[in-house]
Amino acid sequence: MTDLIRRDPRAEWIARNRLHPLHAAMQPQQTQWMGPNGLIRKNPHALASGFIGPAGIKRIDRSGAQQGTGKRQSTSVEVQSPLHVVEQPAFIIAVVPDMVGGRLGSHDKDVLGLARGLAGQDGAVMAVIFGEHKEQSFDTAGVDRLLQIDGDEYVGYSPEQRVLALRALESEYSPRHWLLPDSRTGGGELGRRLASSLGERPATRVWQIKDGQTLGRAGAGREDIGQATPRLILAAPECAEPVSETRHEVRQVTLSVHIPRNLPRIEDLGSVAVDPAQIPMAEAEFMLSGGNGIKDWDLFHRAAIALGATEGASRVAVDDGHMPRARQVGATGTWVTARVYLAVGISGAVQHLQGIGACEKVVAVNRDPNCDMVKRADLAVIGDAVEILQALIERVEAYRNGAKRDAA
Amino acid sequence: MAELNVVALVSIGAHPASGRPRRAEQDARAVELGLGLKHVKLDVVHAGDPQEDALRAYLGMGLSALTVLEQTHETDALPALAEHLQMANAHLVLTGGQAETGEGSGMLPYLLAERLGWPLIAGLAEIEHIENGSAQVLQALPRGQRRRLKVRLPFVASVDQAAPAPRQSAFGPARRGMLTREEVELVDDPLYATAQWQPARPRPKRLKVIKAKTGAERMKAATAKASGGGGQVLAGVSPRDGAEAIFKLLHDEGVIR
Ligand SMILES: Cc1cc2nc3c(=O)[nH]c(=O)nc-3n(C[C@H](O)[C@H](O)[C@H](O)COP(=O)(O)OP(=O)(O)OC[C@H]3O[C@@H](n4cnc5c(N)ncnc54)[C@H](O)[C@@H]3O)c2cc1C
Repeated sequence: MTDLIRRDPRAEWIARNRLHPLHAAMQPQQTQWMGPNGLIRKNPHALASGFIGPAGIKRIDRSGAQQGTGKRQSTSVEVQSPLHVVEQPAFIIAVVPDMVGGRLGSHDKDVLGLARGLAGQDGAVMAVIFGEHKEQSFDTAGVDRLLQIDGDEYVGYSPEQRVLALRALESEYSPRHWLLPDSRTGGGELGRRLASSLGERPATRVWQIKDGQTLGRAGAGREDIGQATPRLILAAPECAEPVSETRHEVRQVTLSVHIPRNLPRIEDLGSVAVDPAQIPMAEAEFMLSGGNGIKDWDLFHRAAIALGATEGASRVAVDDGHMPRARQVGATGTWVTARVYLAVGISGAVQHLQGIGACEKVVAVNRDPNCDMVKRADLAVIGDAVEILQALIERVEAYRNGAKRDAA
Repeated sequence: MAELNVVALVSIGAHPASGRPRRAEQDARAVELGLGLKHVKLDVVHAGDPQEDALRAYLGMGLSALTVLEQTHETDALPALAEHLQMANAHLVLTGGQAETGEGSGMLPYLLAERLGWPLIAGLAEIEHIENGSAQVLQALPRGQRRRLKVRLPFVASVDQAAPAPRQSAFGPARRGMLTREEVELVDDPLYATAQWQPARPRPKRLKVIKAKTGAERMKAATAKASGGGGQVLAGVSPRDGAEAIFKLLHDEGVIR
């Protein structure tokens, strides 16, 4: 959209056409009228507001013929969807999203969409999250109430303590439904623990809820079970469309009941270093991918080791024999799902971009600021791959050494 | 060290293409994990029909016997299993993550742990060692990651796809192995009375819905290429500053460990 100011012939035409439904809206502001005592009143502001002429110069036409003067500028206004307010919810639908990396994932949003459908006009969707988060779009994802539960005891792997917190919520708000994503990233496990603790029989792998009937996959996926919608639902990905047409309040709520604290029976000894090269490419969380712009492949491999990233490559890099065929990312290679994808010296051909469609954060290092990879990227650094990779290795090593010194 | 009693719970699987009964993939992994432990007495238990041929596939993994708690298809396996485990004085119970036949909700290990009051490990990949009444285990996480956990015995663990692949089942041992029956009380599972079972319907593919109100927006949506979705472009910075920016993003995302 350009910012050129233009006449709007259509608006002028509507202003002349008394039968048009928008006729009234297009009338210039009234400038003269008879006051209650018979005095003629004038609104000098409306008179002098004038209109912006084609060359961007303000024009004032006092003849009364001025029409269709609504400000006509570029229409790239951000549309704000209407705010949905639930003042006194008749009931609560509780959702516990996975919040992988501190943000709502697509699975979480689908589950929130399903919850929105169950809440209807009177209910409120309450999202329960543990610890810190980085999400900014709870409102457009359909969260009416947000319950944030903080504390040391929820850091790391703490499913038993989390179940206790959810039980406290159960006793205070007694939600009509509990919804969790049936995922391997936490929801599947937490939901089942909650179910066994509450003594509710959940519907699992639910992919449709319609007219009070719930459909979920059974066994190895060869059968569906249909049943009346239970209280606890573990929903599959794409169980419903995410909320898109409304905004929600995200009103913060707290628990007034005290959450009991138990001694964890399972002790978390931390994550185990896994060799990134052993992780299947399609599953890797963090990838470093190289293309035709890489001149020094030794450096590339060293960078991958320093960062702890799984390696990938563009087709050109593979065709030139720098990387094995199995490492090719893209339409004819592997479709990756990395959360963070660092593309160095890759131009971003469609075939390559297809393969990284599911990646959340893309970082590009390239010499060409106009290439498609830079357009796709969330962060792009324009410069020479060799220098930037070297600086990055140094930075990461400095960080690691610093961390070691801190620990010592 | 005293011998530990390990119980592996197995079910009947279904071949993904033909639906023919077979040993269940994940349950076989649980048996494999049990067979790999040293100084243990492994007891493999199935609640169901002792006539089922597919059970012999577990015996073919080198077991001399398998206990069957005799039940019909529509009964709840939980009470019988819980009672058996209490009698067997088990220290460690291994199960698959999800059954291939029946409801397959994956709730069984959770309910067992709740009923017995034991801790539960979900998604077990490996048992590193068992010492002084507690076990150090690796839990499988998505994206090939592992987490190390320490848990006191006795506990229930459901086995993940990442656990060691089960050995092949040999014909001879499968014929020779014993199936020991046990009579148990039958409790009906209410789900079979209330729910409807139907062949799985293929799920509709999600379409990319374009919500455009004007023609211009529709045109834009149809022709747009890789959009510059608000990405930050750093041009003309020194490599060091560029690397710093990249490092900051990687660190914020928590991928630098
Ligand atoms: C049927 C078909 C299927 C295909 N399937 C795939 C596929 O699955 N996967 C795939 O990747 N490709 C695939 N391709 C190939 C694809 O079209 C592109 O040719 C390929 O992805 C380009 O690879 P590239 O980006 O590494 O190379 P180039 O396009 O040559 O890009 C190199 C980039 O590196 C930058 N650069 C150069 N030197 C430096 C430097 N010193 N520092 C920083 N940046 C530098 C350049 O600015 C440029 O942007 C397919 C093609 C076809 C026809």
